[in-house]
Amino acid sequence: MGMKLNPNKNVPEMAGTETGQMAVQFEKEETYLHMVMRRFLKHRLACVGVVVFLLILLIALLAPVIAPQDPAKIFNEFEAPPSAAHWLGTDPVGRDVMSRLIFGAQVSVAVGIGAVAIYVAIGIVLGLVAGYFGGWVDMLIMRLTDVFMSFPYFMVILVLVSIIGPSLFNITLVIGLLGWPAIARLVRGSVLSIKEMDYVKAGVALGYSTPKILFQHILPNALAPILVNATFGVASAIIMEASLSFLGMGVRPPAASWGNMLTQAESITVLSSQPWLWIPPGLMILLAVLSVNFIGDGLRDAIESQNAK
Amino acid sequence: MNMPLDQEKPLLQVRHLKKYYPIKKGVISRTVGYVKAVDDVSFDIYPGETMGIVGESGCGKSTTGRSLVRLEDPTAGQVLFQGKDLATVSQKEMRKLRTDLQIIFQDPYSSLNPRKRIGDLLAEPLLAHKMATKAEAEKKVNEIMEIVGLPKQYKNRYPHQFSGGQRQRIGIARALMLRPKLIICDEPVSALDVSIQAQVLNLLKDLQKSLNLTYVFIAHGLGAVKYISDRITVMYLGKVMELATTREIFEHPKHPYTEILLNAYPIPNPHERNRTQMVIEGDVPSPANPPKGCVFHTRCPFAKDICREKAPGLTGKDHLVACHFPIDEGKV
Repeated sequence: MGMKLNPNKNVPEMAGTETGQMAVQFEKEETYLHMVMRRFLKHRLACVGVVVFLLILLIALLAPVIAPQDPAKIFNEFEAPPSAAHWLGTDPVGRDVMSRLIFGAQVSVAVGIGAVAIYVAIGIVLGLVAGYFGGWVDMLIMRLTDVFMSFPYFMVILVLVSIIGPSLFNITLVIGLLGWPAIARLVRGSVLSIKEMDYVKAGVALGYSTPKILFQHILPNALAPILVNATFGVASAIIMEASLSFLGMGVRPPAASWGNMLTQAESITVLSSQPWLWIPPGLMILLAVLSVNFIGDGLRDAIESQNAK
Repeated sequence: MNMPLDQEKPLLQVRHLKKYYPIKKGVISRTVGYVKAVDDVSFDIYPGETMGIVGESGCGKSTTGRSLVRLEDPTAGQVLFQGKDLATVSQKEMRKLRTDLQIIFQDPYSSLNPRKRIGDLLAEPLLAHKMATKAEAEKKVNEIMEIVGLPKQYKNRYPHQFSGGQRQRIGIARALMLRPKLIICDEPVSALDVSIQAQVLNLLKDLQKSLNLTYVFIAHGLGAVKYISDRITVMYLGKVMELATTREIFEHPKHPYTEILLNAYPIPNPHERNRTQMVIEGDVPSPANPPKGCVFHTRCPFAKDICREKAPGLTGKDHLVACHFPIDEGKV
């Protein structure tokens, strides 16, 4: 800028005690991410949750390698109790329960993450637009949100899935397309307060484009609650898939899903005398959902009490 | 004090600027009235000068400032920057004009995006307007940081790692990145410690000289305004009460409100404190329902009948005042 000023003339405030304190603070230069990580790691259950969920993720990814059998292959022995050949026995059709359990992880992970990714994307865009522009745009989007929220969620999903046909892709899509209202509201609420911040006004004054302001200046500051909400969303999407598959509206046999494996538990005989058919998938659903919820709890504690050091 | 020359063309002209906010009530949000935040304000700003705007909270000075950089769309009136009406230029042209018009905010804690490193924050304006490559922007960031007195190693730090004074200097640096002609300083020192206020004011003054900047300096305290301004506009309830050079305002105030504002300013010398003072009574009336006639008549010690009936116009040549009975020399 071709100007020379004596920097000391304007900065004596840095020479005082403040410098000392700041120097100490600067030495371990902690970014926001580090701070969140540190706080998250303090949350023991959340760490357990991460480990468990990563294991499930690993099982899902490596399913073809680690599964002892083809999950759709039918053996001669059906309803066989656990043995050396079939660790968790076989189901009424004669398929290996262990292998089906392993492949079922793929379904849960895919639906959980896929559906949430879809509805978080929709919710963010709608929430940002509604909150930032306000007026009739906001009105329109929010009334649409109200309408979507007043549907009996489960019923609508059932109906839609039965219309377009049950499959992994379809239930992911349906859950994804219906789940956005909560995120949209959340984002809109954050945007309403963030857009009044001077740094957003500064962005306008500096001539930044509206998408740049929305996605680079507002969204990063609204991300924390979205992340927490999305994490819990993964858990409920997993449950939703299991419920749908249980009712025969989700992933259909011969493809394996924890939900459709549970279908067999409808009979008293299975419940009382063939626990290998329903305890493992039930346990896996429980583990998956619980681990994700613990992660959500940890994230919430780490992110939302932002100023408590 | 560099007085604007008569033949010099104004950089910015404000013509009958009005900003009304509708008051909405009821289920169908019917508009039941307006808050007249800025009500018919006009003034010119000449290149290289500093125009101070003072007034109590809620007098519309910040709204005026924000309208000058089109952070607010005026209800009526014009803001002409180098002859172009900001309200009617195309969006593309406005984006270009924004490089000439910048604003420094009051609260240094909310004016910097907490998720961005200082280096990115400062480079962003140049990159957004494609005025520099990444390498050039980095060089300019280093320069500007030196100018505002921040070590360039601080580039990788986040706003929360800085003090209020440092943050305000970052805000100033950001406003300077696009090399603007006019900077609106919206109470830039009000949120700072007194000791740091002077440093920021000095920085602003030095920058003005070296970069040939024009300022609109908004404040509620007269001290800072007196120190930095060439001319001062006194506002009350959205209207201009008095407009004159700093010396005139301080030595020969003509409007009773100006006089009262001056008296409200604490006197540093204890021996002079016993001089007779006009003290203001009551509160500022609601801008949703401003008094009839002169807006100041409800609190003016000299109010007469005509003041309650007829609003005075802004009169005078160099020293403008909106009062039916301006203060004469030696009367108070």
